[in-house]
Amino acid sequence: MTDHSQSPDTQPSKHAGSLLSPSPGTIKRNRAEARFKGYGIAAIAVGLLMLLVLVFTIVSKGVGAYTQTFITLDVELLESKLDKKGNRNLDDIKKVTTFGYAPLIKNAFATKLEELGLETDLKAKDQAKIVSKSAAAQLREYVIANPDMIGKTVTFKFLTNSRVDGYMKGRVSRESIAKDKSISVAQLDFVDQLVAAGVIKKTFNLDFILGADASDQRPEAAGMGVSMVGSLFMMLVVLALALPIGVAASIYLEEFAPQNWLTDIIEVNISNLAAVPSIVFGILGLAVFINYMHLPTSAPLVGGLVLTLMTLPTIIISTRASLKSVPPSIRDAALGVGASKMQSVFHHVLPLAAPGILTGTIIGLAQALGETAPLLLIGMVGFIASNAPDSLSSGLLSPNSAMPAQIYEWAKRADPAFYERAWGGIIILLVFLVTMNTVAVILRRRFERRW
Amino acid sequence: MPTLWLVIALLALSALGFVLGRQRAMQSAGGDTRALHSLPIYYGLNVGLTALLPALAVLLVWLFAQPMFIENQISDMIPAELIPENSTRDLVMSDVRRVAAGLDLAVEQGALTETAAANLRAELTDVRARLGEIGVALGSDVRPEVLDAAQEYRKMTATGNTVMTIVVALLALGGLAVSYARTHKDYRARNVVEQGVLALLILAASLAILTTVGIVLSMLFETMNFFSLHQWVDFFFGTTWAPNFRGDSELSILPLLWGTLYISFIALLVAVPVGLFAAIYLSEYASNTTRSIAKPLLEILAGIPTIVYGLFALLTVGPLLAGMFAKGGLLGVEWMAGATSVLTAGVVMGIMLIPFVSSLSDDIINAVPQTMRDGSLGLGATRSETVRQVVLPAALPGIVGAVLLAASRAIGETMIVVMGAGAIAKFSLNPLESMTTITTRIVSQLTGDTDFASPETLVAFALGLTLFVLTLGLNVLALYIVRKYREQYE
Repeated sequence: MTDHSQSPDTQPSKHAGSLLSPSPGTIKRNRAEARFKGYGIAAIAVGLLMLLVLVFTIVSKGVGAYTQTFITLDVELLESKLDKKGNRNLDDIKKVTTFGYAPLIKNAFATKLEELGLETDLKAKDQAKIVSKSAAAQLREYVIANPDMIGKTVTFKFLTNSRVDGYMKGRVSRESIAKDKSISVAQLDFVDQLVAAGVIKKTFNLDFILGADASDQRPEAAGMGVSMVGSLFMMLVVLALALPIGVAASIYLEEFAPQNWLTDIIEVNISNLAAVPSIVFGILGLAVFINYMHLPTSAPLVGGLVLTLMTLPTIIISTRASLKSVPPSIRDAALGVGASKMQSVFHHVLPLAAPGILTGTIIGLAQALGETAPLLLIGMVGFIASNAPDSLSSGLLSPNSAMPAQIYEWAKRADPAFYERAWGGIIILLVFLVTMNTVAVILRRRFERRW
Repeated sequence: MPTLWLVIALLALSALGFVLGRQRAMQSAGGDTRALHSLPIYYGLNVGLTALLPALAVLLVWLFAQPMFIENQISDMIPAELIPENSTRDLVMSDVRRVAAGLDLAVEQGALTETAAANLRAELTDVRARLGEIGVALGSDVRPEVLDAAQEYRKMTATGNTVMTIVVALLALGGLAVSYARTHKDYRARNVVEQGVLALLILAASLAILTTVGIVLSMLFETMNFFSLHQWVDFFFGTTWAPNFRGDSELSILPLLWGTLYISFIALLVAVPVGLFAAIYLSEYASNTTRSIAKPLLEILAGIPTIVYGLFALLTVGPLLAGMFAKGGLLGVEWMAGATSVLTAGVVMGIMLIPFVSSLSDDIINAVPQTMRDGSLGLGATRSETVRQVVLPAALPGIVGAVLLAASRAIGETMIVVMGAGAIAKFSLNPLESMTTITTRIVSQLTGDTDFASPETLVAFALGLTLFVLTLGLNVLALYIVRKYREQYE
């Protein structure tokens, strides 16, 4: 080894100067350091900003879906229109279609205007158009349920047309409706009169949370309720299948599996399945469950099966992690007092790993709840169910939608009134997800054991 | 629902077996548990499970196999010349199934008696109208041969169900009897039960393989069907995607692959720098408090369902970009035709992937031994120099693995591109044009009314298989790289 300090060609430092003032090189390096740190902070800031923008967009655009504009009218249920024979025979009453009810609403407007002393140039037909198309059906349902009320005057709260609702929420303005055939400026003036008189009011709309989807023409009547039930049934299927199968598979792989090629294949398989795109599971569901086994299309059962296959790897991976975290001393102690291997696992390891398994399952369920792509392929989109299922078997087998699929369906429709519903639906979906994840976190905090 | 009752009966029988087995064991030991080989509960479980499990397994297999078997039989019964023009055997079979189900419903509701339903003649009765009355809507009038087939279908199903019930019941009773007879104080009940449970565990674990096999086979069969209708050379190497439901479509994957890769590239362009710098900051600079707040917050982005990102792309980012680049926009240029574009989908997908990249890289950077950092800092390097010259090179294979995993996520992502990317298949470098991807086309070819005999529908399976192979390849590569890297420090 040569001793460099002794060598004659040693030069004094190029930047010989005071130690107290940083050399240009140091300044440069410090600047680079600060820049680098700045990039890091900027990256975090970008990520958090995106989160903030996303949450703000969802809330600001979705909150409108929870209020709805209603109009209160006193409708005289004319016997001459609804029950010409006058014998209150339900079959005769049912023969009157919703068209037969439309004049009653027109009359109701006339009486209301007279009562309030309002004047308008609008024709009676155009006045009635500010009410939702579902109003006549609502009347008809009421009359069929209460035939005794025919001939009397009943106060109804009708949904208004979605354009009127949009006007009340600021989405529709006099300028924006220039090319819109479904509403005119005169009608908006009329709406203003009624708002001033307190006939039209914007109130909280429970039907959005509990109601069913409605057709393209009636965005004001669409709700999330039925698709929520569809999601619920799917989650039941996922829970009933994925939890036991996932736990059983993890126990085998973690506690019993010998080290051989078969175990290796299973393990590689599971980690790969976790990364398979969800749409591939949809194709599998379509090909196997619907084409091959002829299970009903659009049924939550099929959706649940597909999501089960998709969630299984997640549950297996988290269950194995929590089984692994139980220290071997527990197993050894059980074996030492004479328990069999199976007893040591089922009586001691599994209960100790239960909180972790539960947490993993909840997170897996939350993932499955928000999944959309596979559901599109097995037909869980479209205007499907108008009534909530009434039994377990119809809940599992009759066509239904699911929350994310319903949101997708609304986002696809042409009427911008549905967009508000889609954002509103996302709020519901996120509330579910946040609740589930919070429960998972709390469970983990509460029961997590450090060995 | 007879199957449900059968299952309930099986469960009841099994519970009975549990009680009987336990009693018999106790009796044989003279009421002294110490004389037994196993705990009393195992004798009960042995009898109960032997009665239940084989019967249940046979029931399950039967339920899946019977419809297929009957279907084949009936399908052979319908002569080819009776299948109408512009229809297929599958369509006729679905008619048969619907008529059979309708007749079953009619009997159930009492609209028809069992014998009346069995003796219906299409020549004499208007079956469609009769079924319509009970709410079974049929698309066309029922032809005699369809009705015959439906009658045969019902007959075979009924026979099958009876035989199934008998077989399952015999199996359950037999299992009960055999295991009950074997129950004795010296019988090693625990070992038998544990072996049975182990078999169940193995069955559950092999379901993962079964799923993969199911995925591959289901797509492989349909893909082969597709290639018998459409040339594979054209599919893989053609340059036009123009499906036409009247036939004669051009179906090539290349334009779709281009769109997919382009969008994924833009997504990675957003996600990798942001995610990587976030990971570096969190693992090298941030205090514990910052880390414990920022990390979970960033990971929320990963937990948001993709439909939310899709809606964000469609209704917020798309119009925003259109407001800048489209006609009459802020910049006064006309580069964008609508709200959907490669950029729209790519940026939103990039946001989704930020936490994916950041938490994977965070783990990998943390796995770099502290001694290496200490060595570098001790030589006088600044923190950023340490990161750039020591930590990142050491973590590079792992980070490449993380980026590959993110890329595989981007390629397989569906909802964002369905809602944000558009539907036009073309080769273009302009990120403001709308393009389409493999996943988008799978969704559009398989939703709505699909006819599984046309190449336009079957192409979705070929696309799915390609997607599966592509993402699988990326994952295997990524895992290989990550694993190899880990070995260096462990």
